[in-house]
Amino acid sequence: MKTNDVILRTVTKIVVFIILTFGVELFLSGHNNPGGGFIGGLVLSSAFVLLYLVFDVETVHKGIPFDFKKIAAFGVLLAVGTGVGAVIFGSSFLTQTFRELHLPVFGNTELATVVLFEAGVALTVVGVVVTIILSISEDV
Amino acid sequence: MTITLVIFIPFLAAILVPFIYKRVPNRNIGWFILCVPLALFIVLLRFIPAVSSGETYIHTIPWIPSAGINFTTHLDGLSMIFGLLITGVGSLVILYSIYYLSARESLGNFYVYLLMFMGSMLGVIFSDNLMVLYVFWELTSISSFLLIAFWYHRKKSRYGAQKSLLITVSGGVAMFAGFIMLHILTGTFSVQEIIKSIGDYTDSGLFLFAMILVLLGAFTKSAQFPFHIWLPDAMEAPTPVSAYLHSATMVKAGIYLVARFTPVFGGEAVWFYSVTCVGIFTLFWGSLNAVRQTDLKALLAYSTISQLGLIMSLFGLGSAALNEGYSADSVIYTQATFAALFHLINHSTFKGALFMVVGIIDHELGTRDIRRLGGLMSLMPVTFTIALIGSFSMAGLPPFNGFLSKEMFFESIVNARSLGIFEMGTWGNLFPIIAWVASVLTFVYCMIIVFKTFLGEHQPARLDRKAHEGPRGMLLAPMILAFFVVAIFFFPNIVGKYLLSPAMEAVYPPFKGAQGLVPQITVWHGFKPALLMTIGVIVVGALLYVFLRFWKGIFTIEPMRWSLDSLYNKFLVQTEKGSSYLTSFYMTGYLRDYLLYIFTFFIITIGGGLLLTNGFSFDMSGDAPITINEYIIVFVMMGAGIAILFAKSRITAILLNGVLGYSIAIFFVVFRAPDLALTQIIVETVTTSLFLLCFHFLPEWKKEKSSLPAKAVNGIIAILVGTVVTVLALSVQGHKLFTSISIYFEDADELTGGKNIVNTILGDFRAFDTMLEVVVLFIAGIGVYTLVKLKAGMEGPDVEDE
Repeated sequence: MKTNDVILRTVTKIVVFIILTFGVELFLSGHNNPGGGFIGGLVLSSAFVLLYLVFDVETVHKGIPFDFKKIAAFGVLLAVGTGVGAVIFGSSFLTQTFRELHLPVFGNTELATVVLFEAGVALTVVGVVVTIILSISEDV
Repeated sequence: MTITLVIFIPFLAAILVPFIYKRVPNRNIGWFILCVPLALFIVLLRFIPAVSSGETYIHTIPWIPSAGINFTTHLDGLSMIFGLLITGVGSLVILYSIYYLSARESLGNFYVYLLMFMGSMLGVIFSDNLMVLYVFWELTSISSFLLIAFWYHRKKSRYGAQKSLLITVSGGVAMFAGFIMLHILTGTFSVQEIIKSIGDYTDSGLFLFAMILVLLGAFTKSAQFPFHIWLPDAMEAPTPVSAYLHSATMVKAGIYLVARFTPVFGGEAVWFYSVTCVGIFTLFWGSLNAVRQTDLKALLAYSTISQLGLIMSLFGLGSAALNEGYSADSVIYTQATFAALFHLINHSTFKGALFMVVGIIDHELGTRDIRRLGGLMSLMPVTFTIALIGSFSMAGLPPFNGFLSKEMFFESIVNARSLGIFEMGTWGNLFPIIAWVASVLTFVYCMIIVFKTFLGEHQPARLDRKAHEGPRGMLLAPMILAFFVVAIFFFPNIVGKYLLSPAMEAVYPPFKGAQGLVPQITVWHGFKPALLMTIGVIVVGALLYVFLRFWKGIFTIEPMRWSLDSLYNKFLVQTEKGSSYLTSFYMTGYLRDYLLYIFTFFIITIGGGLLLTNGFSFDMSGDAPITINEYIIVFVMMGAGIAILFAKSRITAILLNGVLGYSIAIFFVVFRAPDLALTQIIVETVTTSLFLLCFHFLPEWKKEKSSLPAKAVNGIIAILVGTVVTVLALSVQGHKLFTSISIYFEDADELTGGKNIVNTILGDFRAFDTMLEVVVLFIAGIGVYTLVKLKAGMEGPDVEDE
């Protein structure tokens, strides 16, 4: 059965970018405002899920040729790796640090290692959610 | 420090093997592997002068200091002997395996397992910390399992591997319990510290249990009666593995354990009797069974069991010396331990050579059944010579090293008769008799190895391949071992001075430096009982061998047929039956049944816990007033919840479920928790789409026709779960058992630089939790992926049991 989903497709094409931007925004703002790695990752993955729902798997895969399993694995490695990194610098495992820096465009900006950790969390969430949904949907 | 590295180098090399194997996918990879044990052997050799002058090396890396677990390595005389055996025999075995295994085998796997074994074995003997020792101990069992099952397409290999794993690991767990008891007694995991302080605790009730449990570990590992049954089946492994693990090193781990714990438990009557009696009986039983074998490898397996029993019994006898402390009289019993250590080395040399010989025969002729072999002397002269040296040494004939240690064995067992302690009485006379009978049988099977294989008539018709000498590379390793067999006979005191004397001091710390602890080994003792016994062994053994076919009938009489193997098999079958019955009893395959178990358990533990501790206390006084908005949301949720029960289709149900989820999100908004609200909304969205996806695979939704009582029970459980959760939530509010931990997070901004307290907790204060959650999430993802993608029925055809 061929369903008429022109409206859904058209809306999705625009909305996906809004969701993706919102996901990144949530991820970055997590330090001082509501948001963070987990939520950011979830929003990003919901955007991908929407794409998969509206278009078929092959089409999306052509546009986003990532192996989401690898993304998840990379995320775990990143999260654990930042912890190990702290050990290398002589602190205890998973110690995070931050510093105020003056950057050319952004002005006074606070940089924190916790961002790397949260990035790991976000990537894992995206990777795992998409992997689970894809593997179930491909099992027809 | 060097010793710590020695343990880890084999493991590191094992990691590298797959990469090297990709580059060199043929047998030449063996040459790379050979460098590892050879280098370690040389490193250990360089310690000999220092160790023989009485020095020991201890190096500690703190691991879990709060639990007393540290990575402590300890090099003394005892671990030195074993270390040299592991690396020395290991080098020869790898050299031999280069020629033994064909390039078609998965050589990469083989060498990874072998290196893993080598590292863990070195870990066992160099670890001073009991917990670390235990970990390495089990690792040797696991690598042995992998190596026995190397040809896993054979049913017998898998059977043998499983058997060895089950028996040695059960023993290992017993030993683990024993270690914990020792820790409870002495408060330390360090063997050296336990040795120092154990004297104060020998009266404790735990002491005896700890001793028995540790012995269980040692006996299962060293294949002592009645746990010996795994060793013959382990012979399914490739011959280099049998030569290495199942004769020279791993099975000696139990002996190492007994030697290491002699200063702890030695001097106790229970220790003396169990080690000696089990050892002597194993010696007898192994040699008796070896005579009836027709498979050369099985024969060697039983002979290994028997020889291990011999060494074990000597350690038992030697432990008696610790009972009285040092005196001129008691030092004579230490000779048993000296003989044990000496025989340990000798056994590794001659038995290793014999295994390799059998491997050559098997490799070149395609069989190792002595009924099909014969007359190979002129065809395989070098192999014959090595076999002759090995067997005659095992039989205790001069001029081979076995003669020396066998003489010492007789001498110490005769001495034991005069042992005044432990009320031995006339029973002491039994020891020399059994030992002598066992030695006669040993002589007989040694003769079988040499004469049935190499003399007699050659039967080319019964062989698959034409008989010829093995390749030179294969002969090299057993030749080196045979050389040592002869060399040790002529220069035994070099071994005595440099290897055995420091080891003796390790086994008898209170006797350190005492007179007579390290005797001179001499070939000629004069006409003492020991020599007369040896002559008797040769005469009677030769007679028995000649008339073998006349008395072989005794193996068919009834008691000989009782087999521990069938007992083990029956036990295994019964256990499997029992557990599958038990499992199918509650694993019904219905999800609702499993939910029922979970909910019932929840009600009983949580609800029961609340009832028992009288934990109900509701304190509403501190609560904020409920506004009209909140009432509305709650009623919406209640309505949705009840509506789910009457939903006619899955879509309706899942949408109603979504109503519940989004209402909770609205609650979070109302209570000003934006992070939670955001998360809840997105989680709800993603799970709803996941649900919709899964519906594709589910059958039509039908009303179930279940009986009224079943419905009633389900209803009661549902209501109870709801009640318990509600009560629990209210009770949590009502109690102020602990002070609030929120003060920790008050200065979060200064500490972490983050203004969002939720995320500072997630990413900073409790980052470890978050990290583990991420890992768990990842594991779950992989789990779903593999379950869906690699489900049963999708693999290739069954290639088992070729």
